[in-house]
Amino acid sequence: MYDIIVVGGGHAGCEAAHAGAMQGLKVALITARIANIADMPCNPSIGGTAKGIVVREIDALGGLMGRIADISHLQMKMLNSSKGPAVKSLRAQGDKVIYPKNMLKALRSLDNLDIIEAMIEDLIVEDKCIKGVITETGKEYTCKTLILTTGTYLKSKILVGSTNKQEGPHGEATSKHLSDKLRALGFEIQRLKTGTPQRIDPETVDYSKLNVEMGDMTPWTFSFDLEPSYDVSEQRPCYLVYTNEKTHQIIRGNLEKSAMYGGYAEGIGPRYCPSIEDKVVRFKDKPRHQLFLEPESNYYPDLYLQGFSTSMPIDVQEQMVHSLVGLEHAKILKYGYAIEYDAINSLELMPSLETKIIKNLFTAGQINGTSGYEEAAGQGLIAGINAGLKVRGKEPLILKRNEAYIGVLIDDLVTKGTKEPYRLLTSRAEYRLILRHDNADLRLRKYGYECGLINEEQYARLLKKEHDIADIMANLKEVTINSKKANSQIKEALGSSLNGGVSLYNLLKRPEIKIEYLKEYLPNEYAREILEIVEVMVKYEGYIAKTNKEVERMLKLEDKQIPEDINYDLVKNLASEARQKLKLVRPKNIGQASRISGVNPADISILMVYLKKEYSKDNNHE
Amino acid sequence: MDENICAISTALGVGAISIVRATGPDVIKIINSIFKGKDLTKVASHTLNYGHIVENGEVVDEVLVSIMKSPHTFTGEDIGEINCHGGVATTKRILELLLTHGFRLAEPGEFTKRAFLNGRIDLVEAESVNDLIAAETESSRKYAMNHLEGNISRIIKDMRQELVELRAHFEVNFDYPEEMDNPEITHAIVLEKLESLREKLEKLLETSQNGQLIKNGLDVAIIGRPNVGKSSILNHLLDENKAIVTDIAGTTRDIVEGSITLEGIKINLIDTAGIRDTSDIVEHIGVEKSLEILKRADLVIFVFSNDEELTPLERNLLKSNFDVKKIIFINKDDLTKKIKLDDIDGQVVYGNTVTPTGLDDLKDAIIAMFNLDEIASKDYNYLANARQIALVKNANTAILNAIESTKNSIPLEMVAIDIDEAYNFLGEIIGATYKDELLDEIFSKFCLGK
Repeated sequence: MYDIIVVGGGHAGCEAAHAGAMQGLKVALITARIANIADMPCNPSIGGTAKGIVVREIDALGGLMGRIADISHLQMKMLNSSKGPAVKSLRAQGDKVIYPKNMLKALRSLDNLDIIEAMIEDLIVEDKCIKGVITETGKEYTCKTLILTTGTYLKSKILVGSTNKQEGPHGEATSKHLSDKLRALGFEIQRLKTGTPQRIDPETVDYSKLNVEMGDMTPWTFSFDLEPSYDVSEQRPCYLVYTNEKTHQIIRGNLEKSAMYGGYAEGIGPRYCPSIEDKVVRFKDKPRHQLFLEPESNYYPDLYLQGFSTSMPIDVQEQMVHSLVGLEHAKILKYGYAIEYDAINSLELMPSLETKIIKNLFTAGQINGTSGYEEAAGQGLIAGINAGLKVRGKEPLILKRNEAYIGVLIDDLVTKGTKEPYRLLTSRAEYRLILRHDNADLRLRKYGYECGLINEEQYARLLKKEHDIADIMANLKEVTINSKKANSQIKEALGSSLNGGVSLYNLLKRPEIKIEYLKEYLPNEYAREILEIVEVMVKYEGYIAKTNKEVERMLKLEDKQIPEDINYDLVKNLASEARQKLKLVRPKNIGQASRISGVNPADISILMVYLKKEYSKDNNHE
Repeated sequence: MDENICAISTALGVGAISIVRATGPDVIKIINSIFKGKDLTKVASHTLNYGHIVENGEVVDEVLVSIMKSPHTFTGEDIGEINCHGGVATTKRILELLLTHGFRLAEPGEFTKRAFLNGRIDLVEAESVNDLIAAETESSRKYAMNHLEGNISRIIKDMRQELVELRAHFEVNFDYPEEMDNPEITHAIVLEKLESLREKLEKLLETSQNGQLIKNGLDVAIIGRPNVGKSSILNHLLDENKAIVTDIAGTTRDIVEGSITLEGIKINLIDTAGIRDTSDIVEHIGVEKSLEILKRADLVIFVFSNDEELTPLERNLLKSNFDVKKIIFINKDDLTKKIKLDDIDGQVVYGNTVTPTGLDDLKDAIIAMFNLDEIASKDYNYLANARQIALVKNANTAILNAIESTKNSIPLEMVAIDIDEAYNFLGEIIGATYKDELLDEIFSKFCLGK
């Protein structure tokens, strides 16, 4: 009997298995193909806007994705580096061969984790409680908790034009029955779709016609524990490609042949990551669309044609690719396709990622309706932590919207649900100014430590960082300088002399003063990241305070608990849509209820009046 | 909210008719049980039905009962209104009859609250109902109707839409930084949008001052020495408008002695009993203090006699930097002029309360001073009350912060926080942002039984 069984070896499954094992529990990771563990079937990048912050959060909590990416990439870049601190985000171009290899190595180093190759087709459930899994050959594995991280492998169907195959992204076998079993247990199953573009032979590209996109000349790491281990000059470039009127004509002329537009697909695709067909149809007036050619690995030659995802038949794909400037003679190594798969309705989950329907069953990743490696890994980590905490008889770890993007992600899933593959965006986080990439460890590391995923050495590093920040803050407030003491950088930046004495703290508040100008006045030397955090804290103090005020308001509503046994049919005058949604979501508190779409402020007042006046009456009647 | 509630919805007192209004799921059934006439449970919705209210076989009153069925009613629930003969005794008896037949007395504002909670009206409209009932002049009635139909709601919604669009423009740039073909957002573009929003908000605030004027009227104080003609002016103004002279409490500040309307705007002649005698107050409490008293009015009419010189203190008072507008009325213009006004600013009207002359000029001066003729004929897109004005001011402050930050090249995700704030303040006006305390606050301000 395992404490935790994880079904699926993708990005969610790896984090879940690792998080379980790190808590000292007996864990099994069962995957249909060990060689596919931590596979990147779609784009090669890890991180990106919002997602890069999630990777840092995973690292802060003691997960794997950040530190594996740090030793497995071809290029790294800080996105939005010219914009403000809250929207900066790291992105790595992962090596699709090295990343899975390093991940497998990390998992194999865990003694209490068994990695088993098998296709799971059935669940053992007794009294609405999970007991184990059954493989397609009938072998049973029993467990206390189960985490399903099946990715796109529930009834996956690959679509290219009018043809389709029942298989996974690399032609692997797919689970034919598991989603039917889930439906039979009472889960609502929805069909989602995503897609991927062509892979191009790098030898056949005319690079002279393309713009080069280089990595940053500053080395970075996702992990708070690692120093950069790569040579910035050895990073692989990406290339910028544009569609043109000819490409669009080919697409328009063949629209009915595409799986999506020809009516061969039933799944719902993501709006924020549309196929090229969608882009051309929906944005008629745009004369061109931007694409990237990205290296996939140092160990095989493919270039990934990002932005050109399609489900056109292969002859049309040939024409489309050859219409692109620089790719006139390109050889397509792998054609683009759409993939459909089954997912559950995430409203059937609790914030711990345990299902409401079957006790001790957790789900994470694409099965919950999300897309993206980072979104999957973040959920896998939380599911793994919470399955472990459940086995150990402890309360689940639930991250709030003001604590982590992972918290925003899970709250959105269990409160709003999703009808299309869900992707994180910085705009989904209403408190993003305090959810920055630079403070993920300050926000979350203590939780990782409490759960057993962060060791003493890592924790000591956090305490040192906190101490340093407090130290610098105190100094900035204490030290006052005047015109005489100001260095040349300050004088130049200000353009005029100082009127009397001013504290470094107030000086730093001025837009033109950077913290590096003030380094010489500080008693110690500090790391660049630490100085930068302090700079943000001082410069944007007012806005941070504003955000914190909003957070307080939200937490106050979150404190107003809704009893678990509330009967929404007894709450008179709720709008029918609101009543339906409340019955489905069963929010834990008024704050969560107020975020449900279709539940209006008036419904919230009615609900609060009911809780205050009627609820106890109704309950006494029963 | 399944209780049946009722209340007397006309002012209690002697009048032609009174209305007892009731709402709730069993309204029609219950009223029918005390009604002799047609079977009310079978009549069509929105009909007026003649009959009698009976108690133990005895006729209480001859009435008309309007029946309005859910959902197309004010509260969204069934409504019955009993139009009975006026008079405290009859009306109260009918009310008591209802109360003994399963009705509960409505709490203040409860009808409107139900309308709001049933999604029939938004917050702005809910507040307008209160205003409509309190409206005493044609202008303020029109204004209240305008709100009820959602004009202000639409203006606010449009502004929120603009804010959302601006935000969306930001967000695309944050979340897709490498899509170079997206329209770029620069601080200059943001600044331009913000400035245009600021103008709209400020215009709304400006016109809302007029909105307050329409709603509350102008408070006018008439002061002068004893026997200078103040009472004559007051009586003359009031006499002409006897029909609407009331003795009600003023909306905000002082006791109103009487009201007249000029161009549809209510003019409250406030009781200046304590401060009528300028020479007296100025001598006793000094210029500073008298100014404070006078500031409670929107307009002060100083009345002087043509044949008397100003005392130094009066001169001082007139020359002080006034927040309040003033008109100087020089009475007894047939007597030899001794008054000297060379160094005194302000509009001067000459007249004679005995003849009487100059009083129409005085009215014209008031109209011109406040552009009353224009206000009355304009659109009525004004904010209804202090709460709404405060929220628009807050929204404007947030936009001003955003402008300031944008000018200082502060990163746009900070500016987004200000924009969000403005968005939420505007949302509060139409009830689109949820705030705990808000509902209780608003609904507690309603009078009984609307």
